[in-house]
Amino acid sequence: MIQEKVAETPAASGEAPMLLALRNVGKVFSNGVTALSKVDLAIREGDFLSLLGPSGCGKSTALRLIAGLSTPTSGQLDWRGAIDRSNIGFVFQEPTLLPWASVFDNVWLPLRLKGVSRAKAEPAVMEMLSRVHLTGFENAVPRELSGGMKMRVSIARAMVTKPRILLMDEPFAALDEITRFKLNNDLLELWQDERFTVVFVTHSVFESVFLSSRVVVMAARPGRVHGELPISAPYPRDEAFRTSPGYAALCRQASDVLVDAINSTAGSHHDGH
Amino acid sequence: MTAIEDNVLTLDPEEARRARQERLERIGKWVLPLAIMVVAIVLWDRICVWNAIPQYILPRPGVVLQTLHSDAGLLFSSLLVTLRITFLSLALAVIGGVGLAVLFAQSKWVEMSFFPFAIVLQVTPIVAIFPLINIYVDNQTVKLLLCAWIVAFFPILSNTTLGLNSVDRNLRDLFKLNGATRWQQLRYLRLPAAMPYFLGGLKIAGGLSLIGAVVAEFVAGAQGQSSGLASRIIEAGYRLNAPRLFAALILISLTGILIFLVLSLVSHLILRRWHESALKQER
Repeated sequence: MIQEKVAETPAASGEAPMLLALRNVGKVFSNGVTALSKVDLAIREGDFLSLLGPSGCGKSTALRLIAGLSTPTSGQLDWRGAIDRSNIGFVFQEPTLLPWASVFDNVWLPLRLKGVSRAKAEPAVMEMLSRVHLTGFENAVPRELSGGMKMRVSIARAMVTKPRILLMDEPFAALDEITRFKLNNDLLELWQDERFTVVFVTHSVFESVFLSSRVVVMAARPGRVHGELPISAPYPRDEAFRTSPGYAALCRQASDVLVDAINSTAGSHHDGH
Repeated sequence: MTAIEDNVLTLDPEEARRARQERLERIGKWVLPLAIMVVAIVLWDRICVWNAIPQYILPRPGVVLQTLHSDAGLLFSSLLVTLRITFLSLALAVIGGVGLAVLFAQSKWVEMSFFPFAIVLQVTPIVAIFPLINIYVDNQTVKLLLCAWIVAFFPILSNTTLGLNSVDRNLRDLFKLNGATRWQQLRYLRLPAAMPYFLGGLKIAGGLSLIGAVVAEFVAGAQGQSSGLASRIIEAGYRLNAPRLFAALILISLTGILIFLVLSLVSHLILRRWHESALKQER
């Protein structure tokens, strides 16, 4: 059973079709800051790709460009096939829920904005809620939930439209470690079942290695891709993987690339994480 | 005996003191203002008696109460007139304030262009504007409504505009990502987000519309065509009928308090599930 799942994981084959290519992408803000410079990045269907880097390396900017929330100053984004915004799910750093709306209404929102009635949306919403282990909480309002539960609602909302690509901007950074590990596991489980593509922004080496099939390390000033590290460890990854020597070695590798990226920034005053 | 001992064991002195303090504050919140009120009324009565103050200068509280009863027909029909102006102008202030705020929220340019006019209307004393209104408008009710509206609409406009503009940036991005139309963004995001601000403005506007209605009638009262509480006060003043003057005053105050309490309750009921301001009261 486990063997089968590994074989099915698209990223494991390395032959998955291209979903999106960033070609020579640059972004300069109106205040003159170069957020991104000459970024080339290929994202394949089914990738779990982490953008790892110090603050100010443009990883969030890259995510916003992919989401279409911002346009590149130079270069281009090539999507394979037609993609519209309903194919993109986005999870923010904070849960970003409507505080006045119930959990159900929050998850329903993306469908509601597309004109899907409550009754028609109900099966999809309830299914997503059960996928993130929130069955029974559909009538609660966000303030009645813990930080981890709010983030689960946020993930359910992003996934309810069955997007082809899920963009996550340091979603678990504000959570305590126990909750973060739990959500890491649940996210991987969801990803393996649904086989969407993930671009995951983080500044945690450990988190990126645990989750990803590829870690792309970025450097700051200007924001650019410094290096890439394939994480070939098989899925499913569980708590045993988290404590294995293989995982520790991979973290060491990723950490070395990250330190190298930080040092490559001339005159760096970065204070580290 | 054991119960007391348990209590001593479970609560350290600091916590016990805090619990006692909270209990006292809960009771004091109601008892203190009432007690002070009673003392003040008794003192008022005594001062009248001790100094033998004539009724047409300062009536005793009992006399005021009697007048409230004996003149009830006259006073309450006047109160109804004032209330009609108050609520009509409050309704118009809500429609006008929210409507303008929504218009302002559509574009920064509209807001920048027209907000100064709203401020001009707000800062110019209504008493000074009234002679103009008196020239341009014939209908007495419309005159009063216009006056009360000018006084009451600004807090609603200003608060709702602030609320509509204080939407979380990420939520705005979320709506954009999901292809929300301008109308959907307003309906599902900006209006609900502005609700606590609007309700805050409404509480202020409720009191102001009553003040506006009374002031408007006062200023218009020179023409002597109106019959609200303000004209009763003017009339009673001319006739040195101090008891009726006081009775009318008390009615206006009570009405203002009632409006405030009702609007506070409405606000609490709407916000109690999610907004911080309503949560504290539940604890």
